[in-house]
Amino acid sequence: MSPLLSWTVIVLIAVTSAGILLARDWRWLIIFLSLQYVGVFLLTLQHWTLGAATVKVIAGWMSAVILGMTRSNMSEKDEGASALPQGRLFRLIAAGFVGLIAATGAPFVDSMMADAGATVSAGGMLLIGMGLLHLGVTDQPMRASIGLMTVLSGFEVIHAAVESSVLLAALLAIVNLGLALAGSYLMIASNTQETETP
Amino acid sequence: MNSPTIWIIAPAVIAVLLILVRNQRALSLIGGTAAVLLAASAQFIPTEEALKVGALSFRIESSLSVLGRELLIKPEEGPLLALIFGGTALWFFGAEASKSALRFAPLGLLITALMVASIAVEPFLFAALFIEMAVLLAVPLLAGADQPPGRGVVRFLIYQTLAMPFILISGWLLAGVEVSPGNLALAGQAAAVLGLGFAFLLAIFPLYNWIPMLLEETHPFVVGFLLWIIPTITLIFGAGFIDRYSWLRTSPELTTALQFSGLLMLVTGGLWAAFQNHLGRIMAFGSIADTGFCLLALSLDLRLGIPILFLLLPARALALAVWSLSLTILREQSKTMRFGETRGLLRRFPFASAGLVLASLSTSGLPLLAGFPARLALWDALARVSLDAALWMGIGIVGLFTASFRSLAVLSMADEYTGWEVGENWLQGIMLGLGMIGLFVLGLFPQAVQFFLTDLPAMFEHLGR
Repeated sequence: MSPLLSWTVIVLIAVTSAGILLARDWRWLIIFLSLQYVGVFLLTLQHWTLGAATVKVIAGWMSAVILGMTRSNMSEKDEGASALPQGRLFRLIAAGFVGLIAATGAPFVDSMMADAGATVSAGGMLLIGMGLLHLGVTDQPMRASIGLMTVLSGFEVIHAAVESSVLLAALLAIVNLGLALAGSYLMIASNTQETETP
Repeated sequence: MNSPTIWIIAPAVIAVLLILVRNQRALSLIGGTAAVLLAASAQFIPTEEALKVGALSFRIESSLSVLGRELLIKPEEGPLLALIFGGTALWFFGAEASKSALRFAPLGLLITALMVASIAVEPFLFAALFIEMAVLLAVPLLAGADQPPGRGVVRFLIYQTLAMPFILISGWLLAGVEVSPGNLALAGQAAAVLGLGFAFLLAIFPLYNWIPMLLEETHPFVVGFLLWIIPTITLIFGAGFIDRYSWLRTSPELTTALQFSGLLMLVTGGLWAAFQNHLGRIMAFGSIADTGFCLLALSLDLRLGIPILFLLLPARALALAVWSLSLTILREQSKTMRFGETRGLLRRFPFASAGLVLASLSTSGLPLLAGFPARLALWDALARVSLDAALWMGIGIVGLFTASFRSLAVLSMADEYTGWEVGENWLQGIMLGLGMIGLFVLGLFPQAVQFFLTDLPAMFEHLGR
């Protein structure tokens, strides 16, 4: 992959992960999550074969669909309403700090992970950082699931550089789908009470 | 035929079939019986040996290949499987009494199968993925579809999931340390990443805030099961790390870290428990302190520490089973489980109240109860290493005792003229009665479980020898 394309993928990941953090409409969340998995696929492709890397994007999209379909059957409300802190500016600044940390930490991770590649390390670190930030500002099941999936995506990108086991790919895909299912289950459980409350 | 098929795939298939059953009693009995049979077969049926049943001769292989990797249950791991399935059987038989069998039996058996898979998978680092899958399956157990999930469930999911990446990355780093043992920087990085992974999995201070939250929000019986099976398997998984990597085994820093984190868990768990006004939160901090005991055992000379660890595990299983069942019964009476609402329940629910107090005292290490022999051995061994550490352990134990006696005081604080009655049904009474007898048997005759505990260290190549 050419350096230009590699860095384009980093930009894509930065935009999508920041979008997930800032979006209040669940539709945008799902769209950003799906696009994020395209970035994950392209970064994984640097170390894995096309077939193996495709598993990541398909599992990711399926997870996004599970979350989206569950959410679409629920009442409309502002997803970001109870997430703290509220301000988009705050989140944007926090995302900027995470980006800065990812940029400075990437060379260290690169050397630690057998020269995984600057873009792979930077992309992985960015996803992990943004996912953790997201987990830190929400306790909603859907957002928590997406935050965890973002952290795992970052880890998968970095780990793909050193491990290419088929079983690992399969198990990680199952974990991703499981996270989406667990998130959906919790969303449905949360919604039950809301619909029952007069 | 092979071991993974018998002890992983078969329970998973039974678990899936159990989803079709809608009768609490049948679920409890089938799940419990299946677990007992699996435990007995693991203990008594030898693997990798020719077996003859009448004219039929067969051999149980120890491995099964899956997608280029192996599930391997070594013959030496039979007693461990017996311990895991035996402990699971305790919960399944109690599931009907706790009225949670509908979801608990199938999902619990599936979680147990995944936990066994985590011990069996090669390379062993993939265990983190199986543990994560078990955690994901625990979510529907913890949050009923008819009630809103609390923050504890979400935190449980987040904290346990974050452990997996750390452990997988650490495995790769540890392989690097093996290749170049002189690279101290790499060893430090590997140890730090590994430590973080286990800190999340074992809910080491301060990452344990989801445990009290869960016990406030959800069914105590289910939480008790998870508080038993996840730390137990994680501790064995962790001991496997120490067994495999000689630099880790001989590292004085690891000993210090284990001792420090064990004491931190024990002291904070004990002291926090002493100041709680909620029976569920007391159990939560009791289980946290119990994990501290296990970590302290691992911090000792492992020839001594591993047998103590294995002695702690059955007592932990039984105490948590009795504790969580008692709490479940009391919770039906007092939804909040706060002291104000549970006053005097001893006279209306004598079995559940006695079970709760005895399980709590066993965790504290009261003589004659199941927890005592292992704690005595641990305290003695720790005092030989460090008197300061033994003193801190004593402080933690004092905290646990305080919590136990406060619970006893509150439960027995009834009006003077309140009469005695038995609020539990016969099944609950029998299950709790048997559990309490078990607590005394393990305390008075700790050698009763020695017949399989003595063989447990054989599953490790270096530890406990």
